[in-house]
Amino acid sequence: MATTINVNGVDRTVDVDGDTPLLWVLRDLLGMTGTKFGCGAALCGACTVHIDGVATRSCIIAIDSVGTSAVTTIEAIGATAAGARIQKAWLDREVVQCGYCQSGQIMSASALLAKNPHPTDADINDAMSGNICRCGTYVRIREAIKDAAQSNRQGALQ
Amino acid sequence: MILDHNSSRAGSGRSQPANDLSRRNFLQVGAATGGGLLLSLRLPVLGGEAQAADGSDFSPNAFVRVDRDGQIVLTMPYVEMGQGTYTAIPMLIAEELEVDLKQIRLEHAPPNEKLYANPMLGVQATGNSNAMRGGWQPMRQAGATARIMLVAAAAKRWNVDPASCRAQNGEVLHPPTGRRVKYAELAADAAGIPVPDKVVLKRPEDFRLIGTPAKRLDAPAKVNGTAVYGIDARPAGAKIATLAQSPVFGGRVKSVDDKAARAVKGVRQIVRLDDAVAVVADHMGAAKKGLAALVIEWDEGPHAKLGTADIAAELEQATLKTGAVAQNIGDVDKAMAGAATKIEATYEVPFLAHATMEPMNCTAHVHKDGCEIWLGSQAMARIQAAAAKTAGLPLDRVVVHNHLIGGGFGRRLEADGVIRAVEIAKQVEGPVKVVWTREEDIQHDIYRPYWFDRFAAGLDEKGMPIAWNHRFAGSSVIARWLPPGFKNGLDPDSTEGAIDLVYALPNFHVEFVRVEPPGIPTAFWRSVGPSHNVFVVESFIDELAAAARQDPVAYRSALLDHNPRAKAVLALAAEKGGWAKKLPKGSGRGASLQFVFGSYEAHVVEVEVSKDGDVRVRRVVCAVDCGTVVNPDTVQAQIQSGIMFGATAALYGKITLENGRVQQSNFDTYQVLRINEAPAIEVHIVKSSEPPGGMGETGTSAIVPAIANAIFAATGKRLRKMPVAGSQLKSG
Ligand code: FES
Ligand code: FES
Repeated sequence: MATTINVNGVDRTVDVDGDTPLLWVLRDLLGMTGTKFGCGAALCGACTVHIDGVATRSCIIAIDSVGTSAVTTIEAIGATAAGARIQKAWLDREVVQCGYCQSGQIMSASALLAKNPHPTDADINDAMSGNICRCGTYVRIREAIKDAAQSNRQGALQ
Repeated sequence: MILDHNSSRAGSGRSQPANDLSRRNFLQVGAATGGGLLLSLRLPVLGGEAQAADGSDFSPNAFVRVDRDGQIVLTMPYVEMGQGTYTAIPMLIAEELEVDLKQIRLEHAPPNEKLYANPMLGVQATGNSNAMRGGWQPMRQAGATARIMLVAAAAKRWNVDPASCRAQNGEVLHPPTGRRVKYAELAADAAGIPVPDKVVLKRPEDFRLIGTPAKRLDAPAKVNGTAVYGIDARPAGAKIATLAQSPVFGGRVKSVDDKAARAVKGVRQIVRLDDAVAVVADHMGAAKKGLAALVIEWDEGPHAKLGTADIAAELEQATLKTGAVAQNIGDVDKAMAGAATKIEATYEVPFLAHATMEPMNCTAHVHKDGCEIWLGSQAMARIQAAAAKTAGLPLDRVVVHNHLIGGGFGRRLEADGVIRAVEIAKQVEGPVKVVWTREEDIQHDIYRPYWFDRFAAGLDEKGMPIAWNHRFAGSSVIARWLPPGFKNGLDPDSTEGAIDLVYALPNFHVEFVRVEPPGIPTAFWRSVGPSHNVFVVESFIDELAAAARQDPVAYRSALLDHNPRAKAVLALAAEKGGWAKKLPKGSGRGASLQFVFGSYEAHVVEVEVSKDGDVRVRRVVCAVDCGTVVNPDTVQAQIQSGIMFGATAALYGKITLENGRVQQSNFDTYQVLRINEAPAIEVHIVKSSEPPGGMGETGTSAIVPAIANAIFAATGKRLRKMPVAGSQLKSG
């Protein structure tokens, strides 16, 4: 059955079973490989995308449940204010190592920052503990989110 | 892991002294195609030492090219797995060549089919934290050689004395006349200049890049989703497959009912192998759905009843017999007989999975003219050989495209993934990407070995150790992976961290008994041998301090008068970690000290143990002396990373078997430390001009005993069997 979803502002139509997880539609059918596969069971966060701005594990979201919602992926997150700040902070803090988890980390962190411009450590734990980093970049992820929040504040003061 | 040979073990540094590196052995210079300057180098790679050692047969594996457009291109045998090699190695060349780091471009090695036809590749692998140790001298020497030749070319053109010229920022300057010329214009001329006999390397105080934090060159693509890992490769027309391998190691497929799987939309084909079944589909969603619909009956084979307890019991038994002597100093038996106190203990560490974030995958296309492979590998030549063998093709018909690796930790040194992919691809028309589910990845990993250790020590009347006896049993990864490395019952990885201890121990005896677990493959893992040895040695030394009723740091320090670098890192960690300060009840501080991979490292760790026995690692203070620091930011990042990896293993890591099956399957049952559990980490780097030591794996081995020792300080309970989870730490 053909299903149309809106990804990064563009309508895309695919013909797959309705229970096919969004992750595979993005990666294998639309060729958008920035979103990663890590566990397939909502345990690692590597596949995180935004659905109407909410960080969501695409590996367990059936394509037919997406409806008219806006799907945003790592490929387009830099176009949002929070996403751009997070990406910059990630580079400034040299967060990445192997980098494989980082699409998902950045998507979770951008969603956090978009709705909570000044997250506390506890907020960061809540928003980010679903994202595993096997390279253990957590110390820098926390610092980078705080940097991005700081730049938020400075932006607001100007 | 470590593959240095025993001869290089002595002394403080394990890197080769400069005078061993006669240029004939490792560097050649000539013209590049296109007219630039080409330097060909031989860098030591994991398992490649044998070929490099004879020196007569120069087989380069790294290339530095100064192109006529001024671009400097580096092709090297080390792969980037997150450890920062792609940034740190170019720094070495840029330092001596007097160019900006940005002027250097990296090409994945091996770059093309032409090089495949060349027998240069040997055993090519990244591991053993050896990239910086191996590259330190030759890469700088290559940069300096190229610079001298470029300067000579300019001097010749201007008809001036080369000594009156100077290289700077990708140009040669002649200060007396103010003339300057870019490397780009000199590259072709330089290729015709005689190669200098002698190159003098910069003094550390003149370093411009080395020792200064540099931004990772690979970072931008990794934050915007454009970085391409093995799992992202998608040659035109590729189908996607996933697989089920025999749940019991050594089992076979008895029967397959694939009717329901074939009916799944998007499923194209079911491939039956001897010991696995794969579902080939248009996308992974369909492949997984098809896999779930398969009904497979397995012939479970000889290991159908195997459990972890059987393996542990066999290892324990083995430590009652004698093994191969790894090191003997003095006379342990005699000293033990005269000891005032005798302490004995046994330790066990479990099998561990790698659980790299990127699940196992490999794309293969077997066609009438050959075979093409796409993946991320730490060992390209091994991949090529395995693909050729499986496909039944000569080596030169196999093309391998290497990609970024989403976590290696030793897992990507193995060829099992490529063998599977080629087996499947042989039955599929066109290319096929084989992606393992996380469950397959964890249940069919090649595991960090299980080890069992038996210790005895004798203390004198002051409580100081006068006899140390250690025998341990377990698998030898090297015996399988690199058979010539296993000699007289020993290999350098299994014993690293158990011998050549930093401490002055006058009577010291260590034996290793190799016992391979039935049917279970074992592999390198982050820090392999040391991940086990440092845990047991640093726990046992802590036990001795406790038996002697002495402070664990003071006790260690008293054994270090002959070893100033070790003593200094321990003192620094203790000072920065507030060793002397009191902690509230239920909390404790633990220390560890090690010299492995050519680096000294000490940790002071604070843990909190709840009434229910839950352990939180609060703070880790690390002092490290890793010789000359090339990129301080990478050193810090690697230590942070290694600590998280080791803390995960200490708190949660274990793979167990029952009825021949691995019981863990995904991140719910094989837990990984998360951000809310991550300790604060402080890294203090000791300034040093010694040759660089390895850094990719040291944090992992040092943290485990420090956590166990901190738990002892907090609770009085000594953990002799890892991991912590499941240990009886309840106090209520
Ligand atoms: S792949 Fe979706 S959470 Fe792990
Ligand atoms: S950077 Fe490697 S898993 Fe996070």
